[in-house]
Amino acid sequence: MFLNSLLFTISANMKGWDLFVNSLWPMIQGAIKGTIPLTLISFTTGIMLALITAIMRLSSYKFLTIPARVYVSAIRGTPMLVQLFIVFYGLGQLGFTINPFPSAIIAFSLNVGAYASEVIRASILSIPKGQWEAAQTVGMSYGQSLRRIILPQAARVSIPPLSNTFISLVKDTSLASLILVTELFRKSQEIAARTYDFMLLYVEAALLYWVICFILSLVQDRIEQRLERYVS
Amino acid sequence: MFLSVKGLKKAFGDQEVLKDINLEIERGNILTIIGPSGSGKTTLLRCLNALERPDKGTYSFDDGLELHFSDHIKKNDMTRLRLKSGMVFQSYNLFPHKTALENVIEGPLIVQKRNKDAVMTLARDLLEKVGLSDKMDLYPHQLSGGQQQRVGIARALAIQPELMLFDEPTSALDPELVGDVLKVIKDLANEGWTMAIVTHELRFAEQVSDRVLFMDNGYIVEQGSPKDVLRNPSEERTKQFIQRIMNP
Repeated sequence: MFLNSLLFTISANMKGWDLFVNSLWPMIQGAIKGTIPLTLISFTTGIMLALITAIMRLSSYKFLTIPARVYVSAIRGTPMLVQLFIVFYGLGQLGFTINPFPSAIIAFSLNVGAYASEVIRASILSIPKGQWEAAQTVGMSYGQSLRRIILPQAARVSIPPLSNTFISLVKDTSLASLILVTELFRKSQEIAARTYDFMLLYVEAALLYWVICFILSLVQDRIEQRLERYVS
Repeated sequence: MFLSVKGLKKAFGDQEVLKDINLEIERGNILTIIGPSGSGKTTLLRCLNALERPDKGTYSFDDGLELHFSDHIKKNDMTRLRLKSGMVFQSYNLFPHKTALENVIEGPLIVQKRNKDAVMTLARDLLEKVGLSDKMDLYPHQLSGGQQQRVGIARALAIQPELMLFDEPTSALDPELVGDVLKVIKDLANEGWTMAIVTHELRFAEQVSDRVLFMDNGYIVEQGSPKDVLRNPSEERTKQFIQRIMNP
């Protein structure tokens, strides 16, 4: 039914088809200028934040574990949209006006940082204790063991769950449209507001997200294959 | 005396694993530690390079390094202690993401920051010594257990320790692979390495050891020459243990 009515919208109305084609480029531009950089920058800073948080949580000092726990709990316990509004509208009201794009980067990075820290923590814990011990017996410090022995192995374990986080992030960046970031979904909203072709334009946006995520899952497969090379 | 250990104690929670250990290791000597499982022999070995930190006791080395474990120990002294001994594990614990050669060079190159050419030559020589010159570029999972254990031995030797520690080095191996690993250890014995070996291979212990130490229940029950301890034990507990292993 859904497909039928969609096909009907497109085929019965050549103007619909034209609209689809004509709005493709603005939306792709939205992806290139908004969605993709938002995702890449937020993910990179988020992962760095996650690594630091994970290491803090694994430490034996309370003054490191407690802030890490509070941070993870607060981010995971509140809606991302609310966080986004606090950074953009909330801080703006207090005089810390941050532009929409950097606001979105801050909120998404904090989000990825919290979720990915749990993934990284779990994958560090999954590496057998004997690896730490072997590193220690060749004289490595904690930092050297972590960097050269534990993290490369933990990376392999954490690729599938981190890919999930990454793909979720691609879709979550659509929330940034609500703080006026011109990204893919915002573009489709703008065109729809002019033409009233909601179904066509939102389905088109959905298709574009799907294509991006599909390409990403192919990249994920490649990375996993590369990292599998030293395991039987 | 290379190392003298006095009053070593170690507990895990309220479980006392090492109750009062005194022992001495002479340079160029081979000490084997035998005993039933749970006797504390592996913990003793792991205490010797502070993989397990002893609760109490004193280590004195012949170069003047002294560690009192009831006090705070300086980081520098701890590192000195660690680099004095190379450790070979029961389950090899090779780094799975590094080739055999990379496993061996990791310690001297990254930690000790020795000259790269010298380290590469050393690593190749060591892998040749353990009979793996044709396997240098393989990853651990591409090697048999015996081969992995020999890479483990080369890795431990590469930091050029003064003492080699072996924790049941053949216990995880298929019987037909045990011989290769024991042969490497015998070669090291002939080269005059100082070693402490935890093992269940009593015949091997008899062949290579200068001293045998029998442990039970956290104590050293008996120690002496292999002949005395393995052939003529004076303690009843030692007799029972040897009887059971030799004639199962």
